[in-house]
Amino acid sequence: MSTSAAALETRGLCKSFGALPVASDIDFRLEQGARHALIGPNGAGKTTFVNLVTGALPPSAGRIYLGGEDVTALPQARRVKRGLARTFQINTLFRGLSVLENVALAIGERMGVAGDLMRPAGSRSGVIERAFAALERLGIAEDAGRLVRELPYGRQRLVEIAVALGLEPKVLLLDEPAAGVPGAENGTIVETIESLPAEIAVLIIEHDMDLVFRLARRITVLVQGSVLVEGTPAEIGADPRVREVYLGEREHR
Amino acid sequence: MTATAGAEQAIGRLAGRHRLRPLEALPWVIAIAAYFLFPDYLPLGAQVLIMVLFALSLDLILGYGGIITLGQAAFFGVGGYTAGLLGAHGWSEPITGLLAAGAVAGAFGVVTGLIVLRTEKLTLLMLTLMVNVMLYEAANKASTITGGSDGLQGVVISPVLGLFRFDIFGRTAYLYALAVLFLAWLLVRRIVHSPFGRSLTGIRENVARMHAIGSPVLLRRLTAYTIAAALSGVAGALLTQATQFVGQESLSVDRSGGVLIVLILGGFGRLYGAFVGAPLYMIAQDRLSALDPSYWPLAIGALLIAVVMLARGGVLGICDTLIAWLRRRGRP
Repeated sequence: MSTSAAALETRGLCKSFGALPVASDIDFRLEQGARHALIGPNGAGKTTFVNLVTGALPPSAGRIYLGGEDVTALPQARRVKRGLARTFQINTLFRGLSVLENVALAIGERMGVAGDLMRPAGSRSGVIERAFAALERLGIAEDAGRLVRELPYGRQRLVEIAVALGLEPKVLLLDEPAAGVPGAENGTIVETIESLPAEIAVLIIEHDMDLVFRLARRITVLVQGSVLVEGTPAEIGADPRVREVYLGEREHR
Repeated sequence: MTATAGAEQAIGRLAGRHRLRPLEALPWVIAIAAYFLFPDYLPLGAQVLIMVLFALSLDLILGYGGIITLGQAAFFGVGGYTAGLLGAHGWSEPITGLLAAGAVAGAFGVVTGLIVLRTEKLTLLMLTLMVNVMLYEAANKASTITGGSDGLQGVVISPVLGLFRFDIFGRTAYLYALAVLFLAWLLVRRIVHSPFGRSLTGIRENVARMHAIGSPVLLRRLTAYTIAAALSGVAGALLTQATQFVGQESLSVDRSGGVLIVLILGGFGRLYGAFVGAPLYMIAQDRLSALDPSYWPLAIGALLIAVVMLARGGVLGICDTLIAWLRRRGRP
């Protein structure tokens, strides 16, 4: 083991649904402050990997470490408390609540005040102000009062990121952050990701190769639940196996 | 902070949601007026108030927490029998009886909640129903304690605060129920506007996201379930004390269904659905049953179909739509 612990690490991570293996023996390291992409064809097990890491799914075998600490047995909420946040491939927000409250709920949880039964939520001005500041940073403050379901999809993707950032994560998992977003708004999301604080270790799960090569400094290729290869964008771009299973497939479309 | 006008409004709305509005006094004004206007109907009035409390407790978990239950009468009955058994065995003081009933029903809520709240949706609905049905059968079998299908006899309740005897006209019962309902409303109102209450709403809106922001979802749901169970127990105890009797009907699945209908009629997830639905339901039941016993089930069936098909938000939902429509007309 290296001297400094990885922000996130998995060793021998396995998951099967019945007889179907969807993650087999995944060894993965996300360094501190990394900009790392996880790519692979449809059904490669990328989202399953995210669900294993966050604790939404229990692994069949293997260990998960956050900042060097074994969190394999911890429930989802406790991993979040240790600095692990995620966004979802399909918007998973409080659609009937305002944008501001979506972020405020996350901030309330992080600050440990969300279980308070007696004080009015509105009197927690620290929470609301922080939530608003988070929206300002992402440039969506003018939508603060609108219900999430009234926003265009691309804007909702930004709220996804705002909610995750409200948790002040050390490790941020972005599951296809630009999925379903029309090209024009795509740029806003890329810029948002580029401007994330350098100390956050970011793992981007993505289909869009332009986005991956623009954002990532390391790339891991997942195929049929196993790591095929890991390397810099240049190495991955030149790797014939990757071209075959992934880039090749893209050219057929 | 460089908030624009719209954003400031959003912040203000979130920060000030818990403040009392004048309209919120309306139910209490009506309840007190009804005491003076309809002195002959106070026993029915007390039952309406008790139903409001029962429905209010359901609103906390169903309307805010999104916990779909068809077994809330289990807690109503546990509270009712607790108060009844205390009254039948020499503990006739009503207020401590009420608190004891709430505590026992709450404890029953913790125990059953730990099991049923691990599930969701239809499974949850079936499990809550099963708890209710099993408890009903248990009360039936344990007839030496509960009086079985004859109900519990010999319940004695002392005057409230040693001053106000439960009279035949229902005056004491009405005011006592009103006072308890008021305190419960203050409590529930506080809870739904608290960070805890907002996180319950979050759970209703999207469980996956609540897990992802690090919320202890089971603990939150269990806490709400327990509070609602205790309040339902208090409602059941009120009915026992007001009528000095408790029967198996207090535990029946019919009652669980009835309170659900009350909340659907009034509108759930808005604190005041219980206050609208309960009088509507119970007064209609009283009037229609007086005309002909078969009218009531027919009417409630037709009303439910109308609400489900035309007005998902219940009566209060219709009011919202109407107000929004009038506002739009006011600003051409």
